[in-house]
Amino acid sequence: MTATATAPDSARRATRDSRHPILGGVAGGLARHTGMPVLWVRVGFLVATTLGGLGVFLYAAFWLVLPSDNAFETAAPGIEGASREGRRPGRLRRLGDVGPAVVLAVLGVGALLLVNAVVGQGVLLWAALLGVGGIALLWRQADEAQRERWLDSTGRVDPVRVVLGDGGWASYARIGAGLLLVVGALALVALREGSLELAGDVVGLALLAVIGIGIVVGPWIYRLAAELTAERAERVRTQDRADVAAHLHDSVLQTLALIQKNAHDGPTVARLARAQERDLRAWLYVGESTDESTVAGALRRVAAAVEDAHGVAVELVVVGDRPWDETVGAVVRATGEALTNAAKHAGVDRVDVYAEVSGASVDVFVRDRGAGFDPDAVPADRYGLRHSVHERMARHGGSVEVRSTPGEGTEVRLHLPTTGGPDDDQ
Amino acid sequence: MTSDDRSAPITVVLVDDHAMFRSGVRGELAGSDLVEVVGEAGDVDAAARVVDEHRPDVVLLDVHLPGGGGVGVMKRATSADTRYLALSVSDAAEDVIGTIRGGARGYVTKTITGPELVDAIRRVADGDAVFSPRLAGFVLDAFAGSIEVAAVDEDLDRLTEREREVMRLIARGYAYKEVARELFISIKTVETHMSSVLRKLQLSSRHELTRWASDRHLL
Repeated sequence: MTATATAPDSARRATRDSRHPILGGVAGGLARHTGMPVLWVRVGFLVATTLGGLGVFLYAAFWLVLPSDNAFETAAPGIEGASREGRRPGRLRRLGDVGPAVVLAVLGVGALLLVNAVVGQGVLLWAALLGVGGIALLWRQADEAQRERWLDSTGRVDPVRVVLGDGGWASYARIGAGLLLVVGALALVALREGSLELAGDVVGLALLAVIGIGIVVGPWIYRLAAELTAERAERVRTQDRADVAAHLHDSVLQTLALIQKNAHDGPTVARLARAQERDLRAWLYVGESTDESTVAGALRRVAAAVEDAHGVAVELVVVGDRPWDETVGAVVRATGEALTNAAKHAGVDRVDVYAEVSGASVDVFVRDRGAGFDPDAVPADRYGLRHSVHERMARHGGSVEVRSTPGEGTEVRLHLPTTGGPDDDQ
Repeated sequence: MTSDDRSAPITVVLVDDHAMFRSGVRGELAGSDLVEVVGEAGDVDAAARVVDEHRPDVVLLDVHLPGGGGVGVMKRATSADTRYLALSVSDAAEDVIGTIRGGARGYVTKTITGPELVDAIRRVADGDAVFSPRLAGFVLDAFAGSIEVAAVDEDLDRLTEREREVMRLIARGYAYKEVARELFISIKTVETHMSSVLRKLQLSSRHELTRWASDRHLL
């Protein structure tokens, strides 16, 4: 759920940020790789650009070399399936980054003009600039088209889609502008060399060349892309099918068999169904782990164990997360104990657990609406609450508050101050 | 308009692509004379049509729906007085928050019981927001910035300390009247806090907020 839950990468490799790119996502990717603010990287490219256009070439080189980060975006299977079938709204494009980008672009143009004024290379610089801009736009389009191709829900590839990606005016505008800039650059060079007539000829020739190349190479690229897509899609589909089959077999079928055997036993059936629902839901939609590497995972595991053992539904809500360590282990175990108490003694079929993990503390609230009791009247020989909860928490510097009203239910509040955890405002 | 002076039952349209589930909900709601189901739909196109035709008080909206999801229905349908209550089987935070940001007034899970559902429909029809513990957790997470929700912008307005407290209590499984008792405020105040949390979610950027305010002649 949080950034702390990412799996450790074996080899750190720089990738382009393809989720919120302005041009090619190079600056974003590099910023992520080096841990610098993205604005610095952009400014760096800009400064380099004023050094004889070095920044532009660097950017282009990185764009060519760096792989895109999420060629295969993996979400939970249910979410992916729903996305593929168009049952979820599409991803919204963020505009938050555009402001700084525009400012940077203006600054960049200003810097180039300054260089132009000082060095005074005149038209040639502009021609080069236009040409580079055009090629960048075309490349960006091709990059996008390549990405969008995998998103075709029908699995077919039509030629327009290969070139234009998701289509839309933006794609056409990019291609048009790119071509215009490249041809414009040629025209500028021609103008500088000679007459208007020559420039016209050059533009005409360039256009013809582009069209010719398109006609010759287009079908070949199309066929190649289609074959590649089909093959890859088939492989992914096969793997998906195998995964689903394995999961259904391991979980759902087994549970259904158990339910058939225990059809007469209402509580058991309910317990099995609940456990299965929890499992399937987590697998399909959330993709959240129940391993004990984070506090949230450990709490989920404890809640599931109590659900299974005592046949009550545990509604668990966790806000924030942090890696597991021995200190927070106390609060997790105390939560388990409080949950077990609620399940055993409250006489209800549902317990609410709310956990909030912040940089400064871990707070857990376990609440039921059951019988309730008088905390002061608990006999001295009852160890559950006193030993397992109070003393355990006290040993680790935490505190426990039990509020219970007979007839209205009980709430156990666990508070554990923590140090050295991940700051919550990163 | 409150539930007390309501003479006609609350009209409801069910939107879900599973016919079994629709008939189940219809059955649950049939026991209550407070609610009347006037129409059903199974995808975004049909839902937009049915909502425009019947102009119901409340639409029970599935989050995953063929044709663009629950958000698609809220974008397409033109019935201005209709309120939307998301009834979700998806537990993914970005779906749920996305649907709320798309204009839903609340979110409940499909394991909800009949009476609870009727109560949620009534509250939504009265203009209040309905938050289940899970949604309250998502909201706190979204405002803390610890879940990455594609649909959430960076400049979400901050929650006030009071709103945060209310959301925490809801996340702990408190009912509205218990929240009110805990914080020594009235139920109406709790509902006001919930509505402003909802507004802050839906109007994330200052730009949108300005537009919202000027649309209502507040500027």
